[in-house]
Amino acid sequence: MLPELGHFALILALLLAGLQAFFGIGGPLVKRTRWSAAVTPALAGQTVMVVTAVACLMHAFITNDFSVRYVAENSNSALPLFYRVTALWGAHEGSLLLWILLLALWSVAVALRAASLPVSFAARVLGVLGLVSFGFLLFTLATSNPFLRLDPPAPDGRDLNPILQDPGLAVHPPILYTGYVGFAVAFAFAGAAMLEGRLDQAWARWTRPWTTWAWAFLTCGIALGSFWAYYELGWGGFWFWDPVENASFMPWLVGTALVHSLAVTDKRGLFKSWTLLLAILAFSLSMLGTFLVRSGVLVSVHSFAADPSRGMFILIFLCLMIGGALSLYAWRAPLLKSQAGFELGARESFLLFNNVLLVIAAATVFAGTLAPLISDALNLGTVSVGPPYFNPTFMLSMLPLTALLSVGIHANWKRGRLSDSQRTLLLTLVAALVLACGLTFGIYRGGAVLTPVGETLGIWIILSSLVDPVDRWRRGLSLPRAVLGMTVAHIGLGIAVIGLTTVQSFTLERDIALSPGESARVGSYTLRFEGIKRVEGPNYDGVGGTFVVTRGNKPVAVMMPQKRQFWVQRQAISETAIRLDHGNNLLLALGEDVGAGRWSVRVQIRPLVSLVWLAALIMAIGGTLAATDRRYRTSVATAAAKAGSALPEKA
Amino acid sequence: MDALRPRLLTRFLLPLGLFALLAVVLTIGIFRSKDKGIIVSPLLGKPAPQFALPDLLVPGRTVRTEELKGRWYLLNVWGTWCGECRAEHDMLLRARASGLVPLIGMDWKDDDQQAQAWLRQLGNPYETVVADRSGRAAIDWGVYGAPETFLVNPQGVIVYKHIGALDEQTWTREIVPRVTSGAASKS
Repeated sequence: MLPELGHFALILALLLAGLQAFFGIGGPLVKRTRWSAAVTPALAGQTVMVVTAVACLMHAFITNDFSVRYVAENSNSALPLFYRVTALWGAHEGSLLLWILLLALWSVAVALRAASLPVSFAARVLGVLGLVSFGFLLFTLATSNPFLRLDPPAPDGRDLNPILQDPGLAVHPPILYTGYVGFAVAFAFAGAAMLEGRLDQAWARWTRPWTTWAWAFLTCGIALGSFWAYYELGWGGFWFWDPVENASFMPWLVGTALVHSLAVTDKRGLFKSWTLLLAILAFSLSMLGTFLVRSGVLVSVHSFAADPSRGMFILIFLCLMIGGALSLYAWRAPLLKSQAGFELGARESFLLFNNVLLVIAAATVFAGTLAPLISDALNLGTVSVGPPYFNPTFMLSMLPLTALLSVGIHANWKRGRLSDSQRTLLLTLVAALVLACGLTFGIYRGGAVLTPVGETLGIWIILSSLVDPVDRWRRGLSLPRAVLGMTVAHIGLGIAVIGLTTVQSFTLERDIALSPGESARVGSYTLRFEGIKRVEGPNYDGVGGTFVVTRGNKPVAVMMPQKRQFWVQRQAISETAIRLDHGNNLLLALGEDVGAGRWSVRVQIRPLVSLVWLAALIMAIGGTLAATDRRYRTSVATAAAKAGSALPEKA
Repeated sequence: MDALRPRLLTRFLLPLGLFALLAVVLTIGIFRSKDKGIIVSPLLGKPAPQFALPDLLVPGRTVRTEELKGRWYLLNVWGTWCGECRAEHDMLLRARASGLVPLIGMDWKDDDQQAQAWLRQLGNPYETVVADRSGRAAIDWGVYGAPETFLVNPQGVIVYKHIGALDEQTWTREIVPRVTSGAASKS
């Protein structure tokens, strides 16, 4: 009964989302201002219905209702309760439902803050969001209904994919999707501005916090995914340039560009059409990512079950949404004029470089991701594009970006003189160079040509980001949250650059075979294999190896990697053992019994790899700080009052 | 101002144009992925993987893939530990009763005694059952989880794979037409 209720709630949600879009976009179009009053109630109803549907599906999972096909395919009575809950978003249908739920919650958040927006503008924003919801709800109901029944009911379920039976699954998809879906808000603001045919600095100020929030979530989500892949999949790496990873990384790159371009539009009223385009692109890439992951056009390690009918549906939806938005853009953007100008050395130029380089980076990732598809479509045979393409091309745009960042944050708006900060820049650069050489040659001894360059750039970003806040602090000036957030995020980027450079230059990977009692040396560590013993869990059994790790003569850790055999899906999963020691990330993955009591084991030592994830967390914290600046809370009300007069305000 | 218009418009139309191009590529991609058989199994259209496994019910007999060649057969991967295999069992019995295509069972990572008891109790739908005790053969066949069913033609090529319990719909829509049309084209 409950699954039918959930199905029905989903249908009602679809209708309400349709009404939300109709009244929100149609109202201002036919000059019926009173129609906007219906938008918020429609959204509220839609949200209640979506929450009901999610609750019904969750109930089916918790009570092991294997008459529901989706539950039977993704759960099992032996599965622990925690994973029965997270199994909800373990496959295509449920994760789509999660996406819809998050979109509804973002819309509600916008509606709650809409009081400070002009009425027709707020209606349009919520209308566009309703349109997106409508599309995704229709997609779910038409091709991916999670409430379909099995007749007769399955006696037991096929179990959740063992790879997904991990706490990482509990948090990674919801946070990642929150980021993805958050760009829908920026998209909706862009759509509303284009429908209105007006875009001023107040618009940028409304859009900024939403975009920054979404960006912070996406940053966190990508880092969690990378961390999860590192310790659960045991492939030995934190980034594989897999289509699914790229699908989340491209919106991040464009989203980062958008955050910066919005700053220029907000402060100086420039880059208007460019900001609009980035807002459209960021969410379009999010949706495109969904398409790539779920349609089966690209083969990926963690793709969902492929279904061409789904692919066709999303493609049509993409064409309508993105095509519609870009058509609107082609029609309206030429009307947006920016009067103000700026000199070459001004902050605006640096942010323009930032934008161009980030978009180039996104484009190279995009080209690499779609290359197999394009070559196949043109009958050029199958190509496979991997790290040998991605690493250098990505670095090509990232090196100048990180170098220009340190200079750019000391540039002034509008005026192009850098002479004021020349001394500071040189000083920090020299300090960074010394520290980087110390790190490269002193601690790690050697490395590639680019190693000291990368380290220098990373340290330089941190040092030069700190100059301004330290200066303000010494002079007793207040530090607005927006500036603090920016500083924190830039420091995060600096740390990421240091971590990535180090880990790329000094990683050690070794596959060894040991019999009990034997030892092996990897880098500065010695591993002694103690033996193998059986382990048993709630729905799996397997073997665990014990390894005593020492460095010099000092004990470091006892590590116990496992190999688990899940009963229902009969899938063997390697449970890696990970230990942090002196900034080195040690990873052991148990391999196979190679005979005669010997076991193969993969040993990896990645120095400073934890910095990469830590850096992402710092960046996300920076974003959160910036998004909660008082400026957005207090000035929104006054900006709204000014916007009523339709005059673009001058900063 | 008006003279500027067309040039400006082309610039702003560029993103739309690029997107249209992308949409074409993606459409081709979708149709291609249909040709690829939705990646149900990389083995589709390929010869059935070789195995030489002990017969579960005839002690001392070894069954090889080559011996099965020359006629249609369904290879069904199952195990007594698998709940859904129990669910599809009645369907398998009906399939055997139809006499259309012989069923070969692959008892996957199972205990021989339990498997024999299972077949005694529930009835044996299989012409032959091989015991894949280590699970090696199932890996060669690309089995992801039991039950899975493969349809192999007389040339020994896998023409269809079904994941999950075999049901009436799959039987009548996917398996029966393939076997009967294959037989008709031969005669």
